[in-house]
Formats: sequence, C-alpha cells, structure tokens
Amino acid sequence: MKAKKGDWVQIHFVALKPQERSEHLPEDTKKVPFEIRIKGFLQNDEANVGDLVSIKTPIGRIVEGNLEKINPKYEHNFGEPIPELLEITMDSLFEGDRNG
Amino acid sequence: MDRSYEGIMSRQIEIIKKSIGVDYDKFEIEGIAFDYQKMMKEAGYTISEIQKIQRETAVGNTPLVELKNLNALISRCSDRGKGARIFIKDEQTNPSGSFKDRRASVSVYRAKELGYKGVIAATSGNYGAAVASQAAKRGLKSIIVQECFDSRGVGQPEILEKERSCAAYGSEIVQTTVGPELFYYTLLLLEETGFFNASLYSPYAIAGIETLGWEIAKQTQQITGRFPDVVVSTHAGGGLTTGTARGLQKAGATNTLVVGASVDLRGLHMASDEDFNRKSFTTGHTGFGIPFAVFPDRSDVPRNAARVLRYMDRYVLVTQGEVFYMTELLAKLEGLQRGPAGNTSLAAAFALAREMNEDEIIVVNETEYTGAGKLPSAQLTFAKQNNIEVKRGDPIKEDKPGERIVIPESPLQIGYIEIPMIQLKESYINQLFKRLNKTEFTKKEIEFIAEDIKESIGTVQKLIEKLRDNF
Repeated sequence: MKAKKGDWVQIHFVALKPQERSEHLPEDTKKVPFEIRIKGFLQNDEANVGDLVSIKTPIGRIVEGNLEKINPKYEHNFGEPIPELLEITMDSLFEGDRNG
Repeated sequence: MDRSYEGIMSRQIEIIKKSIGVDYDKFEIEGIAFDYQKMMKEAGYTISEIQKIQRETAVGNTPLVELKNLNALISRCSDRGKGARIFIKDEQTNPSGSFKDRRASVSVYRAKELGYKGVIAATSGNYGAAVASQAAKRGLKSIIVQECFDSRGVGQPEILEKERSCAAYGSEIVQTTVGPELFYYTLLLLEETGFFNASLYSPYAIAGIETLGWEIAKQTQQITGRFPDVVVSTHAGGGLTTGTARGLQKAGATNTLVVGASVDLRGLHMASDEDFNRKSFTTGHTGFGIPFAVFPDRSDVPRNAARVLRYMDRYVLVTQGEVFYMTELLAKLEGLQRGPAGNTSLAAAFALAREMNEDEIIVVNETEYTGAGKLPSAQLTFAKQNNIEVKRGDPIKEDKPGERIVIPESPLQIGYIEIPMIQLKESYINQLFKRLNKTEFTKKEIEFIAEDIKESIGTVQKLIEKLRDNF
C-alpha cells in the first residue's frame, strides 16, 4: 500500500546506534539501538513502507524517518476478562450476609 | 550544531538554563548545599497564587470521599477498637484525569508568562496528558517524550493509552525504546524548538501540588472536625509526597503522619530492555521511588524540588497483585473505577487502617482515571502474554516481580512491606560518597544533609562516620 501526501503516518528511526548509547546501561539494552517513533502528516507526494520520508507533526515540526505505518491504529485495549479477578465478588468479601 | 549523544550532553547545562527560566545559581550555598526553602519561595508561588492559576484552567477542588463500604470491610477484618476510616482524594476529577494537572498547570502558566511558544515534558505517565491538556487550555504547543517500546517494538499498554490521550489534546508525541537516553533526546528537542522544559521537578511543578495537601487538610477538617492522622501518597519521583506534605504544613496540619507507598518491583532493572514489559505498573513503583528518594538530584533540573526524605515519615511497599485486588474492591464496593497508581496508596492504606484505632482518619492520596490499557484486565492480559504467572494466593509471601503476580484470596492477606526510613537515609549518604567521591563534608554541607533527610546534625555526623568505614 502506498501513502499519499497528507496521510497520517508513523515514522521510525534509530536515534543512537548501540555503540553511540550512554555508557551506563544493562547488558541487554547495550546491544540494541535507541529507536524513536513519531506520527504526523506525510510530506512526500507518495511513499511505500520502509522509504525515507518526512512528516509534519501536529505542532508543525518537520521530522525525517522511515515510513513504518500508514494510518497507525490504536492497538491497546481493555484486555480479556481475568478469572482471578472475576472471582472477587461482594458476596465473597462479606460472606453473603451483608444485608442479613 | 553537534546532535550526537556527547554533543548534546556537553551542552546540557546551557540547554536546561535556557529552557526553564530559573537561575539555580542563586540558591547555591557551598558544595552539595543549597537553600531549598529560598528556591521554593522565590521560584515558586504562594498557595493563593497557585489557587488562582489553577482556577483559571479548572484544576483542583476535587472531592474527598469517605469509602464507607470499604471501611465496613476494614472494620470486619480488624481487631476490636481497630480499623481507621479511609477517605480518598478523588483527583480523577481534574481536567486530564489525575493530580498531575496541578503540577502541569503552574509549569504551563509559567511558560506562557515567560513568552515560550511551547512546552516539552519527558514522561510516560499521566503528566504527559496533564501538560498536553494545560498547554491546550493556554494556547501553547506541546511535545511529550515517552519511553514506550521494547526493542521488539512492543508497547506497554498503559503508555500506549497515554499516547492516545496526549494525541487527543493535540500534542506531538515522541516515542522511544527503553533507556535513559530519553533525556538526551528531550534536550535535543528543547534546543531545536526553544520550548519550555515543563520538568516534573521544577519549583513550579512541586508548588502546584501544594494545593492538594492544603485541600486534604481543609476538607478533612470540615468533614470530620480534625486533620487527618495519616496521609498515604503513592510515591514515585517524590513530587506527590513532597508537594502534598508542604501543603498540609501550610494548612496547619503539622502533626499528620506522611506515608509514602510504592509498588514493589525490586529486582527488575528500570533501564533493561527485557525487564521493561515484565512489569504491570509504569509508575508509583520502587524503580523510581527508591532512587529518587535517596538521590533526588538525578532529575532533569540542577536542583530537584521534590525531596521526599524531608517530608516522608514512613515508606511502605505493596505488591502488584494487592493493587489489582484493591482496584477491584474500589469498583465493586464503592462504585469507583479508578486507575492503578492511586490504588497503590489505597492498598497500603487498607493494611495500615487495620492497625490504627477506629477513631483515626487516613486519607488516600490520590485517584487517577482508568480505561483501555490501564485496567487490571488490560495489564494482566499483557502480563500473561509476557509469560508472567497470575494466581490467587498470599501476595506478600509469593509475589515475585517479573515472574509472578499474586492476587490475594482474602482481604486479610493485604499487607505491606516496611522499608525503614533509616535505610533510605543511609543510602542517601552512600550516594553522596559515591557520586561526589568524597566522605568529608563542610559544616554547611552537614547542615544541608540534616535538613535534606530530616535528621539532627549529630545523627548525620554519626551516620557519615559509620558509613565512611565501609566506603
């Protein structure tokens, strides 16, 4: 899918390569780059995912990065019902005799 | 301009100075010593000035609610004559849904007053939404920088929710992977944009919270005829406890015991890419709570205004499972669906109330909004996806941060882990030894340390002597 100028997109770029990072990091974090993701409106006429593009953020800043997502959706949600929590009922707390 | 890590960090002092509008040099005394009260007085605002600023953007004056059904449960779970009454400060009713609006309101007001075009805040939590909301109200632009993803690109659900919230208020959101270089990138943005640094730790931010302590004192007095015996605040960076305690004192509640409560995440490294998504709480936990208590000046300003050892009388930890359990109780018994950070202090209060007398009063500071990503269902689903075991059992005995979350089987299992204050104070002195690489301090420095950890000069001298031998 191609993105067109003005589409709401997410870009990604590496801000610091592993060797450019702070010295004081745990071993696992040291091995990976410091990455950044920003959303905004595509400035290029058209682009494919992975292309180097520029965007205009909602406050008007122009930032460059690789196109990662087009019209990125909100992926967080309410989760699944949790049996360990569903078992907690008023009845169980007051042993069923609260109004008795 | 050199935008490399070293390049930006070498300009840190000048970038901060330009972006915050406080001349911190004015408050320096000697070595580690600085005049904290003078900084709060000259760079902050009085309570009535803050109230005026906050009224302009509809911040504060939140309800204080007695948790009657929960208190009945506490009564049933306590020995005869025990079981203090719990009241909760319902901070969710602020514009963006948390007490952080108080903190942001003064920073954004100040930014506008000083003529900045926009504000930047580095925060993954409610403070981002608060800054974004207050900036919108004052017609300023905002950039929120949040640590959100691990190296797989998996985002913490609560932080993803915060991004959605900030976006709703019109902010630009910069999302980073795990690491303290969040600070580097924030400095880079401050330099590039010339925006105001709405630091969580400026004198304005802390002054903004004083109205919270003031309201707690006044409302408790109005409802019950007395000041609270205990206020329990969720403790992370130290701002909530510091600001609230200062407000309590200003309102005359000088005998109220101030208790800090954090979620126990000891053993998980906060800068670890692998540990990042193994925790179900993004704030109000020991990963911030302990380091910020024992070395407040690790923050993004030269002198942190949140200095919790000056104000905290006790520090207790609760487990993740207990907080999820309390979140359920608050909803099911009180009809209040609220977010995780506030319910941390509620879990601690429940356990503390059982030990206190029935005629005593404990105020829980505070509540926050909840929703997708923040709900126990969202967090526990995410925990299970990350191979964390979730079970019913004894939370204090079986909890293992990053491996197992234990939901209590009965309210009688809600307890707390006490961290002795002296342990934190000794860590504070050890941090000074380590960071300054010295164990000798001048008279003025000793006086400052005594004030900063709320101990006598004699005690500080004894602690230094004792700890010096092991350094």
